Amino acid sequence: MNHLRGVYAIWYRDILRFWHDKMRMTGSIIFPLIFLFIFGSGLSGSMGFLAPGVDFTQFIFPGIIGMTVLMNSFMSGVSVVWDREFGFLKEVLVAPISRTSVAVGKTLGSTTIAMLQGAIILLFAPIIGVSLSASTLLALIPLMLLLAVSMSSLGVLLATRIRSMQAFQVVMQMLMFPMIFLSGVFFPVEGLPAWMNVLVKINPATYGIAPIRQVMLGTTADSPLGISVLGHTMSLWDNVAVVAVFGIVMTFLAMWSFGHQE
Amino acid sequence: MSDYIIEVENLEKRFGKLVAVDKVSFSVKPGEIFGFLGPNGAGKTTTINILCTLLKPTSGKAVVSGFDVVRQQNQVRQQIGLVFQDPSLDDKLSGIQNLRFHAMVYNVPAPVREQRMEQVLRMVELWDRRNSQVETYSGGMKRRLELARGLLHYPRVLFLDEPTLGLDPQTRFRIWEYILELCRQEGTTIFLTTHYMDEAEKASRIAIIDKGKIVALDTPKKLKRIVGQDIISLKTEDNDKAAEEIKLRYQIEVTSDGSGLTFAVDNGEEFLPCFIKELSTKIVSVNLRRPSLDDVFLKLTGREIRDMESDDYKSIAHHGRFRRH
Repeated sequence: MNHLRGVYAIWYRDILRFWHDKMRMTGSIIFPLIFLFIFGSGLSGSMGFLAPGVDFTQFIFPGIIGMTVLMNSFMSGVSVVWDREFGFLKEVLVAPISRTSVAVGKTLGSTTIAMLQGAIILLFAPIIGVSLSASTLLALIPLMLLLAVSMSSLGVLLATRIRSMQAFQVVMQMLMFPMIFLSGVFFPVEGLPAWMNVLVKINPATYGIAPIRQVMLGTTADSPLGISVLGHTMSLWDNVAVVAVFGIVMTFLAMWSFGHQE
Repeated sequence: MSDYIIEVENLEKRFGKLVAVDKVSFSVKPGEIFGFLGPNGAGKTTTINILCTLLKPTSGKAVVSGFDVVRQQNQVRQQIGLVFQDPSLDDKLSGIQNLRFHAMVYNVPAPVREQRMEQVLRMVELWDRRNSQVETYSGGMKRRLELARGLLHYPRVLFLDEPTLGLDPQTRFRIWEYILELCRQEGTTIFLTTHYMDEAEKASRIAIIDKGKIVALDTPKKLKRIVGQDIISLKTEDNDKAAEEIKLRYQIEVTSDGSGLTFAVDNGEEFLPCFIKELSTKIVSVNLRRPSLDDVFLKLTGREIRDMESDDYKSIAHHGRFRRH
């Protein structure tokens, strides 16, 4: 009971804070839309079809959904750094709730926020010309959720070790942006230069973006939009398994790390 | 069970080579206002952080409200309230939302929650501003909100780490009114750190701490006796006659500086009323100067409390606290 109460309180505060912060809410929706419409419209003409019946805008749409979820869950998770900077973390750390429940509450709060934002971007599907059936939507939710939980945990984990705002900036630039750009959000990940191929394949986000695209566009695993690792064509479930393992490891590390900070 | 609500024995905290708290022992009785007085970097905040379970001691023992601060962290946390030196509010939430969060994590039952929130908000006069975002509050309002929050779960001990640091005199005065009111009404024990002398005067007992060690521990009154007697300066219609009379009646040395007389007594406060009644010469003016805690600190450590922004301070501040801006 004690644990659940703590998890709920931390989650509730995150949602409340997000709701109050209209700037952040607007910004986090505008940013992916800029990519979607400017990149999409700008490059669609010259790129043609990337797969049968899939133009560039339609190609990046699932990527943008994935990017929105990834970026917002990661950033909310890392926001523990802000709580430390502005003192609120102290209030949380002296409260009679376990550190584990704080980490879990924070992860779930970030996940919820990221899912809401992802859902808002999904509303643009008809404009892009992607038709989403009810069953497609149902299949997308768990995929987005998995990505959101993993990235929130990664964010929380990093936040427990980041002590300065400078380090925070470095993490954002050196980790989050490469993670997004090298995950296949903006281009198919097969046929890349060798060095880039390695980076893409060790990037866990790659395996989060691919199944979202596969489900949303109805492509098969061995289409030009799929991924193969060391000659093995990754099926939907292979990808899900990679993200799930990554997510579980991150969640436990985040919980452990949160409990062991002073 | 003991009679004390806080018991500390040989408490030590080291940060690498630096000894921030050096084998400190003391006990606090329930309902007391217990003050920690010392310059920045003396180890006050480090001690508070250990007592409220934010830091683990290197060695020694500390028990708060019957619970060990290392082995029974959650029980200790449930029993204490805290007002930190640096703000610890969520700026994006409103005042009442900050309190509601606190009530949730401290398990204040829902039926009494709303009523209790109203009570503490009215006490610190923030009820009208309860729905404004905290980022619109002034520094004094934020501190008052933190005080209200610290009280929300009926803590048995309230820790105040420099509760009025950086506030204007009027706000400081108001905050002290609340604190004293609270002590009277709820019997809450207060553990206070400060480097303001006038604040330390309000404590029932004071520990003077310097370089991680307690150098003296007593009531403010008794501490001041360490320095010496109270000084009375007097002007009368006939100073020479008055001087004779005082020497004769009380057997004390009187010095005359032309315009008035000065002499020292043990307990000026009690001496003065009788003295005024008994003296036959008409008094023009009388002034009692008591040794201040500044004088006590100077006597005990050979330094003024103010000129202590040393290198020690910087390194302890760096370790002992989360961050200081």
